[in-house]
Amino acid sequence: MIRRAFPILGVLTAVLLSYGLYEALIGAPTEQTMGDVQRIFYYHVPSAWTAFLLFTINFVASVAYLIRRNIKADIIALVTAEVGVVFCTVVLVTGPIWARPVWGIWWTWDVRLTSTLVLWLIYVSYLMLRRFSSSGQTPLMAAVLAVFGALDVPLVYFSIWFFRTQHPQPVIGGEGSIDPKMMQVVLINWAAFLCFAGLVCWSRYRLEVVQREVEETEALEALLDSGGAR
Amino acid sequence: MNFLYSAYAATWIIHISYLAFLLRRYIRLRNKIQEFNQK
Repeated sequence: MIRRAFPILGVLTAVLLSYGLYEALIGAPTEQTMGDVQRIFYYHVPSAWTAFLLFTINFVASVAYLIRRNIKADIIALVTAEVGVVFCTVVLVTGPIWARPVWGIWWTWDVRLTSTLVLWLIYVSYLMLRRFSSSGQTPLMAAVLAVFGALDVPLVYFSIWFFRTQHPQPVIGGEGSIDPKMMQVVLINWAAFLCFAGLVCWSRYRLEVVQREVEETEALEALLDSGGAR
Repeated sequence: MNFLYSAYAATWIIHISYLAFLLRRYIRLRNKIQEFNQK
């Protein structure tokens, strides 16, 4: 069943990404003030929502690991952090490319942008901890870091509600509002990115499981070799 | 329009780079498993 679901999800992702790209570049109406450059919105916002969702799953999995020491939860936390960082990188790259023609600057140190950069740095440090620490306590330390890191997610999201910022108002709720067709294109692209993120997380999860099995076998073999040498 | 295409291209360059990184890890792991099986 699961083996069949992977190619189905793959096809669905390809269809949604293609349709989303078409709608973003051609189907969606042109925004009156910014013109065509506003179409960056259809990749920028869904990428941000996907990153937030992945970091939230990372938080839940980290809490689950802290409570139950469940290996699966630890792997889910690692995978969602890694893929979340990829989507957050997209947000941090597409944002300035959009800002330059609209604001006249690539970057400004306002609350929304700075807190997003801090969020990215927290999860990059989380991944570096997992990559370079050889301590047996690494998953535990990473889970604790993830719990504190997740506090930045609501700060990033709600920063434009509570602070005066250069960044536009939220698309859902708040004072911002957009054309229903534009909203539809955002949701299509978000669905596409969610399917894509699901596929990537799934592959990365399998890779991590096999990698850990190989490492365990290697460790066991080294132990047997050293035992035989004595 | 250049900014628009740059943003879309950057998005896919980031995703494809990550997929390439995963593929490289997968190939390395597969080679390791083959070495194990040959022992």
